[in-house]
Formats: sequence, C-alpha cells, structure tokens
Amino acid sequence: MGAFSYFPQTEEDIRIMLERIGVGSLDDLYADVPADFIYKGEYDLPSAMSEQQVRDFFEGLAAKNTRLKVFVGQGAYDHYVPSVIPYITSRSEFLTAYTPYQCEISQGTLRYIFEWQTMICRLTGLDCANASMYDGPTAAAEAVRMCVASTKKRNSVIVSARLLPHVIETIRTYAKYAGINVVVTDKVAEEVAEGVLDLAGVIVPSINRFGVIESHLGLADLVHEKGALLVEYCDPSALAVVKTPAEWGADIAVGDGQSLGIPLCFGGPYVGFMACKEALMRKLPGRIVGQTTDASGKRCYVLTLQAREQHIRREKATSNICSNESLMALWCTVYLSLMGPEGMRKLNALCYEGAHYLHDALLATGQFERVFDGEFLKEFCLKPKCNVQKLQQALLDAGFFAGLQTEDGYVTFCVTEKHSREELDQIVEIVKSI
Amino acid sequence: MSKIADGLLYSESHEWVKVDGNVAIIGVSDFAQSEMGDITYVEMPDVDDEVEAGSDFGALESVKTSSELIAPVSGKVVARNDELEDKPELINEDAYAAWIIKVEMSDESELDALLNAAAYAEIAK
Amino acid sequence: MKYYDKLIFELSKPGRIGFSLPETKTQLPKGNIWRETPTGLPEVSEVDVVRHYTNLSQMNFGVDTGFYPLGSCTMKYNPKINEEIANMPAFTGLHPLQPESTTRGALEIYVGMDKALAAITGMKHFTFLPCAGAHGELTGLMLMREYHMSRGDAARTKVIVPDSAHGTNPASAAVCGLEIVVVKSRENGLVDVEALKPLLGPDIAGIMMTNPNTLGLFERDIKEIAKLVHDCGGLLYYDGANMNPLLGMVRPGDMGFDIMHLNLHKTFSTPHGGGGPGAGPVGVSDKVLPFLHIPRVSGFHGNFGIILRAYAYILMLGREHVKMAGKLATLGANYIKESLKDCYKLPIPTVCKHEFVFDGLLEDNGVTTLDVAKRLLDYGFHAPTIYFPLLFHQAIMIEPTETESLETLDAFIAVMRKIAEEAKADPEMLHGAPHCTPIGRPDETTAARQPILKYD
Repeated sequence: MGAFSYFPQTEEDIRIMLERIGVGSLDDLYADVPADFIYKGEYDLPSAMSEQQVRDFFEGLAAKNTRLKVFVGQGAYDHYVPSVIPYITSRSEFLTAYTPYQCEISQGTLRYIFEWQTMICRLTGLDCANASMYDGPTAAAEAVRMCVASTKKRNSVIVSARLLPHVIETIRTYAKYAGINVVVTDKVAEEVAEGVLDLAGVIVPSINRFGVIESHLGLADLVHEKGALLVEYCDPSALAVVKTPAEWGADIAVGDGQSLGIPLCFGGPYVGFMACKEALMRKLPGRIVGQTTDASGKRCYVLTLQAREQHIRREKATSNICSNESLMALWCTVYLSLMGPEGMRKLNALCYEGAHYLHDALLATGQFERVFDGEFLKEFCLKPKCNVQKLQQALLDAGFFAGLQTEDGYVTFCVTEKHSREELDQIVEIVKSI
Repeated sequence: MSKIADGLLYSESHEWVKVDGNVAIIGVSDFAQSEMGDITYVEMPDVDDEVEAGSDFGALESVKTSSELIAPVSGKVVARNDELEDKPELINEDAYAAWIIKVEMSDESELDALLNAAAYAEIAK
Repeated sequence: MKYYDKLIFELSKPGRIGFSLPETKTQLPKGNIWRETPTGLPEVSEVDVVRHYTNLSQMNFGVDTGFYPLGSCTMKYNPKINEEIANMPAFTGLHPLQPESTTRGALEIYVGMDKALAAITGMKHFTFLPCAGAHGELTGLMLMREYHMSRGDAARTKVIVPDSAHGTNPASAAVCGLEIVVVKSRENGLVDVEALKPLLGPDIAGIMMTNPNTLGLFERDIKEIAKLVHDCGGLLYYDGANMNPLLGMVRPGDMGFDIMHLNLHKTFSTPHGGGGPGAGPVGVSDKVLPFLHIPRVSGFHGNFGIILRAYAYILMLGREHVKMAGKLATLGANYIKESLKDCYKLPIPTVCKHEFVFDGLLEDNGVTTLDVAKRLLDYGFHAPTIYFPLLFHQAIMIEPTETESLETLDAFIAVMRKIAEEAKADPEMLHGAPHCTPIGRPDETTAARQPILKYD
C-alpha cells in the first residue's frame, strides 16, 4: 500500500525513529501485548477510498435522502441559518481547538463561552449559566439530578407530561439508574399540592409539546413551599418574546439551543443550555467560564469553579460531563449577536404570523378541530377529522414534512420565518384535496 | 513546617477539634491548608444537619483540587462559620482561628480516638 | 497571536442589526405570558460580528495552528473533506423525525458505521446515542446494570476502577448509581491483579479498564483480569479514550471486553470544536446485545454530523491504512520518550503505546511541570496534559498521534530540551512563562473566590 495523506512518515522516517527507540520493527512496539490479541485477520472494512471516491460515496447516500420542506418542530426547528455563522464556526482556530484548559492560547474560545453564558442568562433572566450540555433532553435530565443534589433527603421529581416525549424519556433514563422517583403527570400543580412526600423538583415546559405557551402563575410559590426547586424547559428562540423562567420564579432553566439557527442535521449536534439562580451556582454541572485578570492586569477569561468537575472531584463531581458542545454554543452566540433584540422580535413575529395564518386556514378547511385554547407561537396541534396517513402521504408527495401525529392522535405543524405564504397556501390546498 | 496548636485534638484526616462542654468546634489544621494552597470555597453543612464521625460533612476547594472534610465526631451542627462563605482565605490566614462548624456531640467518647498535638505532629509532615 | 479586548456587548449600539429579515407588520400580543423585559442582546452590524469573532479566533490555538502533544486526548489532524461531507445540505436539512422512507441515506450511514466499528473493535453492535466519551461511559454502565437486572442480580452495585483511571470513570459510575471500588496499580504502572482478587464478589457489577492505561502501558494481564471478573459474574467495560494505539492492531472484543465506548473525536479524527461536539458510540458483545436499545440517553439519533465525519475518515483509512494508524501513533510516542528521557524523569521506562508520562524535569531547579507547560506555549506548541494521572506529582503526559511528522516531533523535542536548559539557567523566567501569548498567567484564585460568570 502506498503513502497515505494523513500519515506523514516515510519509510526512512520510520527507520530513524525505530533506531532511536532501539527496536527492530513496528511490531516490536507491541511485544508487551499477548500474541493472541494481535489481530491477524483482514479487517472487514471497504478498501481505502480516495478523497474523490469518498465524496462520490456520500453524494450517493445524500441522493437517497429526500429533502423536504419542514413544517414540524417537536424539538427540532427549521429556522434560517445566516451565512455568517458557518463562515465563523468553520474557522479552524475555533473548529480544531481543544477544550480551553490552556487559557493563554484559548482566549477566543473562553471569550465566546463567556458571551454565551451572558446571553443565556439574559434570555432566561437567571443569574448564571454553564458552558453547554449535550442537548436539551440531557440538560433536563441533569437539571433533575441537580434538584435532588440540592435538596436534602429528597428523591422525587414531578415531570410535566406536556414536555416533549424525548425529553421525558431522557429524564426517565437518567433517573432510573440514579434511583430517582419520577412522577409524570398532566396535573402538575395538583400533584405538587397533594404532596409527593420527598419532592426535590418539578420540571415544566415554557412552551409545551402541543405548542401552547404555558402560564406558570403561582407554581413557583407552591413548589418552593414544599421545599423543592422549579425547573423550566424552554425554547431559547421563543424566550426573546415569552415570559422568562426567572419571571415565573423558576430556579433552573434548561433547553436546546438548536432553535438558535443550528441546522436540523438529523438530530445533532445540537447544544443544551442550563442556567440557574446564584444560590445553585456551585451545583451546576459541566464547565463554566469566569472573568479574571492576568499578572499584568489585563482582563481575561478562564475555566473556573473546576472543583465541581469530574477531573478533580471524580465520583463526587456534580456530573460526569467532560466534552460538551462548545462549537454549537459559538453557533448560537453568533446567531444571537446577528439577530439582536430587534431581529429576535421580528423573527418571532414572522413565526407567529405564519403559524396563525396556517392554523386558521387549516381549521377553515373543515378537516380539523381545535383542541387547545391557549396562545401559541410557531407550533400548534389540531385534531384531525380526515385520514392522517392519507394526509401525510399527500403532503409528502408534494415535498412537505408536515402534520406529524402525536401520541395523543393530534397532528402538529410548525411554521418559521423560512416559510413563504405560497408554501402555506399549498399545504392548505393539499389538505382540502384529501 | 506547618503550625500545630497545643490543646486541640486532631484527626488523621487533618481536622482539629476544640472541646467546649459538649460542643466540638471543628476546623482544619495548618498543614491541611498549606497542602491545599489558596482555598477558594468552603462547602459547609447547614445548622441542624447531623454529621457522623468518619463521614464527610463538606469540602475545601482550591483552583485545581478539592478535599473532603471528615467529621471527627458525630452530632448535630449548632453553628457554622458563615464568614467563610465570602472569605475562604481566612483558613489560609489562620487555620486555627477560622473554625468551620460547631457540633453538639452525641457521643463524647469519640474524642478518645483523636490525636493530641504531639501525636498529630508525627502525621503532619 | 495578538490581544483583543472586546466583548460583543461592548460593541453594541442601539439601532444596529446584523441580519436582514423580511418586514412584518405583525405585533405580538402583550401581557400575561409574553415577555415585557428587554432581552439584553447586543445590537451590532454584520461586519461587527465578523470582525469580532475573527479577532477572537486569532487568540486561539488549534490543530491547524500547531502540534498538540496532549496525553489521552488524541489530537489528530481533522481532514477537511469530512467537513465538506458533513455540511452537505442533503444531510444538514434532515429533520430527525422525518419518515424513514425519506432518510434512507442517513440510515445507511448508521448501518455502515456500525459494521465498520464492529470490525475494528470486535464488538457486535453499537448504539450511537451518546454525544461524548463520558456520555458513552454512562450509557455503557447503564447497559451493565440492565444485564445484571435481567438476571435478577440486583446486588451488583459496585464497579471497580483502577487508580490511574480518567476522572470520568468514577464520575460516570456515580451518575449511574454505582458505588466505586478503587484497585491500586503496582510499581510498574499496571493494575495489581493480586489486589484485584479480594475485591471481586457477588456485589461487583464489573470493572472499567483503560487499555493501554493512562500511563500509556498495555495492561498485559488483561486475559487473567477478564477471567477473574467474568468468573465472579461481572462484566468488563473498555474506556475507548485510549483506543488509538490499538487501531488496526488489537480489538477490545478479543480481549474479553463486554461493553466499550469510542471517542469519535479522538480515534476517528473529528474536530474537538473547543470542547465539543464529540460522539461516544457504545459497542457491546453478544451477552449485552439484548439491552443495547434500552437506555434513551439523548434526544434523537446522537450527533449525526460527527458520525458522518468519522465514517468518512474510516472509509479513507480503509482496511489497508487502518493497520498502520495505531502503530505509527505508538512509534511517535516512543520516539519522543526516548529522545527526552535524559532531561525529564521517566518513572516507567518500558515501551509505551500512544502516550507516556514524565514526572517533571530530571534536575530539580524548582521548575514545575506547570512552568514547562506554560513555556511550551511561548514556542508555539500546545502544552501536554499535566498533573494527570495523579500517580505522579509532576506528571507530564505526552501523546503525539500518527498524523505528526518526524520533523514536527523533532522540533518539539528540541524545544523540550531547550526548556530543560532554561530551567538550569533561568528558573525565574520559567516561573513567569508564558511571555509571548496574548495574556499571561491568569489569577485563577480570584476567579474562583469571586466568580464573575457573565457580563453586566
């Protein structure tokens, strides 16, 4: 086999290096490995491809996907990606950097994480935020663990059944092995009042899985009276226009940054965020960036409060998280910088306008019934009177991913600023034709 | 060479105890603080919490390390040094003045297992 | 690198915006559930944003800037073609809940990747839900628990972790509700089999092993360890953080491991992104296969974009080049070790795998490992992993990877020797290093005592 572009060693180089080490061959470097563990077979892999072959191969796979116009949300939102973002995030100084442990040569990464933490605090209204979590669902699961760790001898959490299904599932998974008792319920306030005895926390959505913006008036007081913490799961894009977790009295806010311009990408990489009140700061999982000065008094940024983390505290750490989703946090930070307050307001107004137009037009077709009275922003659910499979297929045939059925039998739609009035009218026409 | 205050009792995990009636005043030794370096945070239990001899009741944190605080005696926490919340460096400045918690002992015989200054000096080297 | 001082908020001026949206006359409702407080986001133009983040990037070091001898992190070169593939709109535009009939290409990538990783590791199948190495560890331990629970063996609540393990191992075990039992290493850096024996019993769920371990040493007693653990009813977990030297040489499945994770951002060349995103797929043997689908540890299908990149890398390696990857990584590590052992203390002199550990400078001039690490930054190298593993007080852990040339390794060796000379001539200068970076050593104590975590 000839030379390979990622392996720079020539035969001569290898000879020089072996000589310095004092062994005769590359295989001799594995003399300490029991011989029967050295793999002697042919690896069952395809033959090495050239760069062009690899590109062709993936183009072939790409052609097997169908690109659809996406009118479904359910935790992954098809917002427009401003061209500046991929341009910035693909700069190799950001892309190929390691975790910023060596702060003297990582001020770029540390600075944007500090900006991200600030933006998350401002969107949620809370006091401190961490550098990121894997995704929204894992952030929610970690928030549940944080509730249990922050309250004494309490081991139960109440989880709103109106959270997205994949969020509930991830919470259940983490809780199962940690021995945390999870109560999933539609009637959160009643359940809190009636008393789960050792209640540590309550997690509710800001906007629920039906798209309805929830009111949490009085809930925080009720939860706090029981000595527990309130967690709100939010869409950060919507937080620019809906009441903040802090205003509802929540102690912790979590969610997925995907709605801040991260491509759908079949579900990942996305980025989870987590913010909390100051009193809980030292219970936060994951990395946190703080501001300080260097020896000459220059303002600079470092990873701080590291004694919470796994590399120092090991089994007593607040979490096992190490790698997070740093580059995706940069993605969101650049997005929010570009949009600013006015952009976020306008974006949400466009979503609201499109979603309400589609909602009303779909109801007018007579094929659906309204099921929820609450206000919605970009996502909504209707009860179908028509055959859902036929409806979905007709939409799919026209290139639309819309009308996904929920476990309750409703169909959901989501409209963002990306979608034109023509596309909405097309969907309505297809619905009429069912 | 770290300081060892006379008249106190010590644990092998470097906590000191000053006995005041049935209350044990607990801190960490000068040796412990010098091993830690600049202490950045003291994690403490709340008043009325129960602590158990041999189990951790909190932790000291510095930039790159953390160290569990191990209770030398069992009992109920009757006071904690809230000044350490904002000024953890007080432990670095004078480890014997900066007490951490006061515990109402449930079993004073546990004191017998602790070391006097001379015996502790053998450990804190 | 030049120092640039601004935060994006400090560039803000009311009335500016960095992105153009269509006009709308729609006003959102007010009151009750709607936000009335300002968002506090910066108001900047597009050019402000581009210059600001470009300036920030120029204070960063990356693999494309220079060499990272960072132990246990496997900082390989990140091929550019992989980025292009991951950014194809036919992949980035897929909604995770789209009907299967419209995502066949994406699903084939999972199938192909599963097959390739199984071939490389000797495991049966993989789950791709975990988003990072530690997330993979947690998932793997969940599988370990499922296996025991399925057998009604609920008493197995302890997991054995060597004292040289990565910090994530005990942390993941704790998150999974398992108790940690530490097994000591011997003088030669390997797990002490005699110390392991008395720990084994009906309460042991399994052992987490890193092989080669964090000292870069192959745990040659692995066969006996596997037998002992299996005989006591436990399972073996393989921490794939150190898989790179075994790539193309040794398969964890053949060593008796039941569960393992891989760090695609280490062994399979995907970029670290300043701390993520990564991916931590978990593979299992036949025994654990029935439980693979159970833990739902993340939202959708894992970090698809990272899996794509890693798959592209594996296809370029192919069955031919894969055989060289681990060997060349091991070659580089041993070459550095042998070239510096007359200046730096080498506590364990045997042949290493992809990484090895020095215990500070050979000659004690009061110059610490931290000083050496910081001085390296002045010479344009990233620092090695320092003060880990905890077995050595002045640990300097070096891992070069197979993508670094002899010339790069020689340049690094020359600088390390020069620093050893400087330590004799001018230790004070080293205590103050780095001197040529955008900032000097920061006051980390104040940062932790009075945390400032956001801009006000």
